[in-house]
Amino acid sequence: MTSIESGQGKGAIELRLVTKRYGKERVVDSVSASIAPGEFFSLLGPSGSGKTTTLMMIAGFADVDEGQILVDGTDIVAIPPQRRGFGMVFQNYAIFPHLSVYDNVAFPLRARKLPDAEIRERVGQALELVRLERFADRFSRQLSGGQQQRVAIARAIVFQPIVVLMDEPLGALDKNLRYQMQVEIKEIQQRLGMTVVYVTHDQEEAMNMSDRIAIMDSGRIEQVGRPAEIYENPASNFIARFLGEANLIAGTIEEVGAGMAVLRTAGGLRLRARADPGVQSGVQANLFVRPERVMIARAEGAAAAEPALNFVSGRLAQTSFLGNILRHAVEIEPGVRVTVDVQNASSGLFRTARETAALTWAAADSVILLR
Amino acid sequence: MSKPRKFNDPAVLVMPAVLLLALVFVGPLIWFFIQALASIGTPAEIVAHAWAIITSKAVVTALSTTNWISLMVTLLVLLISYPLAYYLANNQGLRFTLVLFCIVVPYFTSIIVRTYSWMVLLGRNGIINQVLQHLGIIDEPLALLYTKTGVLIGMVYVLLPYMVLTLFAAMKAIDPSLMRAARGLGATGFYAFTRIYFPLSIHGVISGSLIVFILAIGFFITPALMGGPSDVMIAMLIERSVEIMFDWSGAAIMSLLLLFATLVLYAIYYRVTDVRRMMRA
Repeated sequence: MTSIESGQGKGAIELRLVTKRYGKERVVDSVSASIAPGEFFSLLGPSGSGKTTTLMMIAGFADVDEGQILVDGTDIVAIPPQRRGFGMVFQNYAIFPHLSVYDNVAFPLRARKLPDAEIRERVGQALELVRLERFADRFSRQLSGGQQQRVAIARAIVFQPIVVLMDEPLGALDKNLRYQMQVEIKEIQQRLGMTVVYVTHDQEEAMNMSDRIAIMDSGRIEQVGRPAEIYENPASNFIARFLGEANLIAGTIEEVGAGMAVLRTAGGLRLRARADPGVQSGVQANLFVRPERVMIARAEGAAAAEPALNFVSGRLAQTSFLGNILRHAVEIEPGVRVTVDVQNASSGLFRTARETAALTWAAADSVILLR
Repeated sequence: MSKPRKFNDPAVLVMPAVLLLALVFVGPLIWFFIQALASIGTPAEIVAHAWAIITSKAVVTALSTTNWISLMVTLLVLLISYPLAYYLANNQGLRFTLVLFCIVVPYFTSIIVRTYSWMVLLGRNGIINQVLQHLGIIDEPLALLYTKTGVLIGMVYVLLPYMVLTLFAAMKAIDPSLMRAARGLGATGFYAFTRIYFPLSIHGVISGSLIVFILAIGFFITPALMGGPSDVMIAMLIERSVEIMFDWSGAAIMSLLLLFATLVLYAIYYRVTDVRRMMRA
């Protein structure tokens, strides 16, 4: 019996060069990751990126073709899913329709043949935790989407697993409810101190809940890090675009030095940004900057030659009203548009197309990404 | 409303079927019962006569034979069909098509042809007995034909598709992620099957069993051709009353009995499918 089966472990998960093939295609390709005990770890990626398959291999529903999955140091690849001892929350909740809320939550305990008195106590606690005490006798068809989700969570944590796996659990909920549930799940996770591996394609969800995020694309982990780290320092153009809005201005590297580089656009603009030591002059690259890091002014600002800032002037091509944000598209060169997000703080801001606009942003807020 | 809309009216759409049924089934049926019963005499005489027939030894024996055979057939069909339907519900592509083909194609062949085929296989010098004797498994040929065993084999075979398809429909409606959830939450395959899968397929089991039982109690050709002299089912007794005894009123009373039993079972079936609809909503 492994530590995870006995429930005595800490819940550290390690993936070592895990690979899954369907035919010749490697849907999960040499994925490695270390997840610390008590960590909220998200696998984030577009559909087909291999994130769900990775989770299913951890859960035991998909066979591992190559590599190892270790829980507290023990390889679990050969252990069947029912003996891995993970809590699981599924995308469509998978509430048993012929069982009441109480019986659904009691299911993992009964499967483990716990005494009735203990089952009653634990189910009561779990239902209290998700605030469904009054719904114990209901059936899933009598519950709203959010309540069904809570049942699924109660059922996943009732046997006090040290690891809980969640497969896009909030995908079917509407936006407001989803945010509320994110907060609730995060609270429960912190209170119980369990390790959570969470699969989602929703960037905001991943950033809001996770201690760390692994961004997956085409079966590989592209970057792992804390949400702010990945948001500020995406490792690639794909990640920059995938995690929120991003400006990627194309050009050639002209100068390199001291962690900074100068990129020259096709139209001759010279822009400064942070750059890895690997960036060399002469190569094709993109300058990445988040829309909310770009300032906009109505008139030509003081385009002083301040090296810490980039100054660009352009023409306002379009403004989208997004409620709390006004999203401007400013054409700085023929065919090159920069997106600028401005808080909708006062109604006096300009919204007229074809106006000239001066843009500025700190060089430190932008990063050179090789193409 | 524009004119073509009228043809979408459900009443208009079922009209041809209702007319056909009324004309060739319900009408003649009522006419037959009235004619046959009226020939007996007054209502009191009809009741007395009917009671005499229903409690007669021949009818009581035939009814118990019918019930016993139908029950056994239903059980056997269920036992064979459940794993078959499970296989169909959980496989796709060539395997699915192949198995479904094998189950459904006999459906399109005449029941008499199929029954005679069984007789060729099961007879005293039939293929099965010959093979078993050649292999030395048995010394004497088994009495497969003209026995209850023969009737059971024939009826199980004919009624199998009804059960398989009913169960298949019920199983297809079970969300496969439920079984995965059960196992992910610590249930063994057996526990997950008994607590989740089987309860969710139970309405298919009940409706399939009712369909098979309803069809079985009215069976005629298979027991008539493959059964022995003691394996007289109620439908055979009705046929004999008409063909041999020319006892139309007796046949009418037995038919009414059979019809009544069928309707009661159908009412139960209807309730079961109704409950299922409530569960889904």
